[in-house]
Amino acid sequence: MQISGAQMVIEALIAEDVDTVFGYPGGAIMNVYDEIYKQDKFKHILTRHEQAAVHAAEGYSKASGKVGVALITSGPGFTNAVTGLADAYMDSIPLVVISGQVPMSLIGTDAFQEIDAVGISRSCTKHNYLVTNASDLPRVLKEAFHIAASGRPGPVHVDIPKDVTAEIAEFDYSIEVDLETYKPNVKGNPRQIKKAIAAIAKAKRPLFYIGGGVINANAGYEVRELVKRTGIPAVETFMARGVLSHDDELLVGMLGMHGSYASNMAMSETDLVIGLGARFDDRVTGKLSEFAKNAGVIHVDIDPASISKLVNADYPIVGDVKNVVKEMLEISSSINPAKYESWRETVTNFAELHPLFYHEDTDRIKPQWVIERVGELLGDGANISTDVGQHQMWTAQFYPFSRPRQFISSGGLGTMGFGFPAAMGVKAASPDKISINFTGDGSILMNCQELMTAVEQKLPVINIILNNNYLGMVRQWQTLFYDKRHSETDLSVQPDFVLLAEAFGGIGYRVTTKEEFDAALKDAIEKNIVAFIDVVVERLENVMPMVPSGGSLFNMMLLEKKEK
Amino acid sequence: MTENSERRVVSVIVVNEASVLSRITDLFSGRGYNITSLTVAPIPESKYSRLTIVTSGSVRVIEQITKQLHKLVPVLKVYEHADLVEKEMALMKFPITENISDIAAMCLAYNGNIVNVGENIFIAMIADEPKRVDNFLKMIKRYNPKEIVRSGAVALER
Repeated sequence: MQISGAQMVIEALIAEDVDTVFGYPGGAIMNVYDEIYKQDKFKHILTRHEQAAVHAAEGYSKASGKVGVALITSGPGFTNAVTGLADAYMDSIPLVVISGQVPMSLIGTDAFQEIDAVGISRSCTKHNYLVTNASDLPRVLKEAFHIAASGRPGPVHVDIPKDVTAEIAEFDYSIEVDLETYKPNVKGNPRQIKKAIAAIAKAKRPLFYIGGGVINANAGYEVRELVKRTGIPAVETFMARGVLSHDDELLVGMLGMHGSYASNMAMSETDLVIGLGARFDDRVTGKLSEFAKNAGVIHVDIDPASISKLVNADYPIVGDVKNVVKEMLEISSSINPAKYESWRETVTNFAELHPLFYHEDTDRIKPQWVIERVGELLGDGANISTDVGQHQMWTAQFYPFSRPRQFISSGGLGTMGFGFPAAMGVKAASPDKISINFTGDGSILMNCQELMTAVEQKLPVINIILNNNYLGMVRQWQTLFYDKRHSETDLSVQPDFVLLAEAFGGIGYRVTTKEEFDAALKDAIEKNIVAFIDVVVERLENVMPMVPSGGSLFNMMLLEKKEK
Repeated sequence: MTENSERRVVSVIVVNEASVLSRITDLFSGRGYNITSLTVAPIPESKYSRLTIVTSGSVRVIEQITKQLHKLVPVLKVYEHADLVEKEMALMKFPITENISDIAAMCLAYNGNIVNVGENIFIAMIADEPKRVDNFLKMIKRYNPKEIVRSGAVALER
């Protein structure tokens, strides 16, 4: 059929089974917004900032497993969205972000709201397009969705000049994607898988090292089976929280800079690392030359460039982790769980020697208590997102996650301001679960305008602000490594968060005691509107334990135990 | 890059499309890889172009370069050459007062010749292995070349 470029965008989104689009209109994208007005097949959620539109699409994608879609205008609309693109790129989140561009005839003339969008997004997207003919749009949009979701997922940016959205051309979306140059390898090499299984059977102290790729590949169930079947202890990265349930006996915990002592010691003592969809990030490995020093490495990853990038893999397996783990399960009979009995005991001893804990030694509420308490009260019934900083690490440490896609956070880029809009996207994708965003008094101000979106769209996100009047994580580093010179991190001057929430039509609570917290959470859930719960917590609490930047995993700063 | 750095020639076959060259060069600059030289031209009767990139880095870096290049959507193939024939062209401009027959004779030994003679200057050309081009350019210094331009290397696997 002959339709306009703008109509093609709508038709393609419908054909891709998109039910929610996040965005913000503007001059160059108006033709598309005009078509949105005329249709009722999918919902458009108007955020109050383009960055928030992309974060919301990320949250939507992470909670649903579908491709997230955001729609923005040219120039400042696009540049505002760049942080979201970069965030999705670092955390391998499948997105299609469509931006308007000035008309073809004005490109290169420094026109109003013109910026070289594809030039900017090139280094923070998996792929991008500048569409110069409406007749290219069906192919480009189909490729965009295919590239975003396949292989190692990631954001794809499609920039469409205004005259192209007005141009009439033939639309046929039944075309097949035919990309000779893009063919991700999804099936692991069977011989390599066999060799890896033999290595596991031979190992004395093997350790699963589970990464966020397992969640992207929807391989959580298979990985749980493999861990159970082999009886091998497992550590999770920050991005993988929830792959194994918190009560799984074989889950040692999270590893890395703020990982548990037991996880980091297990990684230091293992003789075979079984990496599944993890990328040996610097926050995980600490000092590379000391990382899993005496271990062989099996590395399963969809992205060949992630294998042997930082840590040499003895058994590289390029493939979709779900396929590979399924194959591993089929041929795992040579692995005897009883063999690892003493290794499991060793790991248990590490955990008993230095468990994760905190002191309740001040009048003020401890931030960790808040997270544990929400876990006790809501557990599996909530989806949890976070912003970035101390509260983020405490959430990863202390929340009892029980399923993949329950925990949504900005891992790679570490984007303050991610949590609230992402939680809105999570709520849109998963309306039956309570959507909690743990945040800090620094982070929440970076996208607090989204209160308006949440009120308008009835997205009752509960933002729990762990308020220590500090930019806490930076303050912690200043305390530990900069001789307590707390440069520009004191946030004593701050808004009244209760009034702030109420000004937008949400609800606010200020909490100083545990009883008040329980009551506020209960009330926020009952009221079912967007909420700020401003919890006054201990100011100088540090995230512990900690591997100082560049240190070795086995050399952790530990929280001192006290006599009761 | 404290590990041993070595020179490498990488050939990349890419789809002929807008901004594909920027994707390649952005990747090199964004990830801190070196480009010593880069040549690019369409492959006859195809929708592809061939780039020849001379780079340097440790074994691990070179491996990453080829893998990261592969990840780019418009990249069809990446060859990391081990056994190859490599050629580079150089053009040199001399004052007409220099000894043209000497220079012509030397150019012949490097697959070249005098390619243009004008009122005040003449231009010589050679085409040879990059190392030999280096040597030639050193040698030719005493004839006071006014300008030298190198094409960057192209290569084919043997």
